[in-house]
Amino acid sequence: MARALVNVPTKVKRGDVVEIKVLISHPMETGFRPDPNGKFYPRDILKSFACTYDSEHVFSAELFPAVSANPFLSFTVVATQTGVLTFSWTDDKDQTQVQTAKIEVE
Amino acid sequence: MKSAAPVGALALIAALGAFAALAQIAEADRKSGSAFMSAQTQQMQHDDGTNPGMLSALDGESLWKTKTGGADKSCADCHGEAQTSMKGVAARFPAFNEASQTPIDLQGRINLCRQDQQKDTPLAPESRDLLALSTFIGLQSRGMPTAPPDDQRLTPFRERGRALWSQRMGQLNFSCAQCHEDNWGKHLGSAPIPQAHANAYPIYRLEWQGMGSLQRRLRNCMSGVRAQAFPYGAQEFIELELYLAQRARGMPVETPGVRP
Amino acid sequence: MPTIQEDQQPAGVSRRAVLTGAASAALIAVSPAARATMSEMDEAIAAFTKGAPIKQGGVKVDIPILLESGNSVPAVVSVESPMTVADHVVKVALFNEKNPMPQIAIFTFGPKSGRAWVSTRIRLSDSQKVVAVAQMSDGGFRMGMIEVIVTLPACAEER
Repeated sequence: MARALVNVPTKVKRGDVVEIKVLISHPMETGFRPDPNGKFYPRDILKSFACTYDSEHVFSAELFPAVSANPFLSFTVVATQTGVLTFSWTDDKDQTQVQTAKIEVE
Repeated sequence: MKSAAPVGALALIAALGAFAALAQIAEADRKSGSAFMSAQTQQMQHDDGTNPGMLSALDGESLWKTKTGGADKSCADCHGEAQTSMKGVAARFPAFNEASQTPIDLQGRINLCRQDQQKDTPLAPESRDLLALSTFIGLQSRGMPTAPPDDQRLTPFRERGRALWSQRMGQLNFSCAQCHEDNWGKHLGSAPIPQAHANAYPIYRLEWQGMGSLQRRLRNCMSGVRAQAFPYGAQEFIELELYLAQRARGMPVETPGVRP
Repeated sequence: MPTIQEDQQPAGVSRRAVLTGAASAALIAVSPAARATMSEMDEAIAAFTKGAPIKQGGVKVDIPILLESGNSVPAVVSVESPMTVADHVVKVALFNEKNPMPQIAIFTFGPKSGRAWVSTRIRLSDSQKVVAVAQMSDGGFRMGMIEVIVTLPACAEER
């Protein structure tokens, strides 16, 4: 599926508020863009994103066509334990792409 | 473009060329296109976690290792780790190709490998895969100085590129040099006119919402002055690329650049 | 590709044409087109808050005022909150005035977020107002907004 780039600090201190950055390649076709014949290109967007930390929800987003192509999101989480962050993006066809990253808490 | 120009027109081109040579930006005044962007767009380029060009570079990295074509070979099968074998390579393109006795750019080189070594069909201009491979190879030269080869065989081509740079074209009758040598730092509408250094390609252009090559950018400029753009891969583009590489000699490679 | 201004123009009447006409008729009065889209945004906000009152302040929308492209606008939203279990931001919704759709994104936070802060990149079809509405854990709503100017790149691509 699409290429995703996840940026998580690998080693952090317990209680730190850490910044996470995610980038995924996707056209985010709005459904409002006309083709050369005046018909609209069909909408095709990532409609949601979620981040869990050892399966606990930490951040999520509902996305609309006004989110730029190759959606970028940056948000924070409190580093409480060494564990796995799971990132998932879901498109209009309910296809989900998942990526994980380890976070090591000292 | 190729039809014989009257002598008068040739003289005019030569005169404009001489003028452009005089107006050429001094080495100390040279600035990358990134210097003309907003702080936010600069930051977007400089942070690999926010630069969308890195997605293309990652695609290129996996293509580098993918076996393809009749020969069932990957780039890595011949060249090994790109991190070492491709270091500084993109900074030296366009280069002279012995077989065809013409200069070729990086994309042309990739496609030659694809046809001759991998026995596969060439990748289409501006295709995801060609942009990805050239971005990945370009990334291996990031931070290194643009270093066009001192190859005498390139000289006549580069000189034609220099002449094209100063040649007025299109319904607006502008040359590249009129905007990017004589008026850089001023504005076209609200957009600052950069010096047009080709040291960050392929770029992620916000307007495109995707990656594009130097030739795509040159075609944009040509449609901007209402000229009929050369087709992708045209000799004229390679010649312009040669001149632009010379003009940016020593400037650090920024691939993948982000531009508005 | 046409510029986003054209991309995102809704089918039918050109907003620009309506606005130009309206502007020449009355410079100060809000044009009917602008009012219609304003209410679209207001409706979307009311749907998010289910009609609850919204307090001004405590919500910051950070977007450079002058933008070099409407296709990728850096937007940072932050809400003043201790982000504890007892007192935190639940959701932040981002709205715009003039795109074909008033919604941009709805972000969901929790006490584990640490901060009610998000950075993203959005599309703005024209110079306009961007509004962020935060839903707090006590059920209250707060808002912040910013007015931005979207400029066009020179020598846009022809398709």
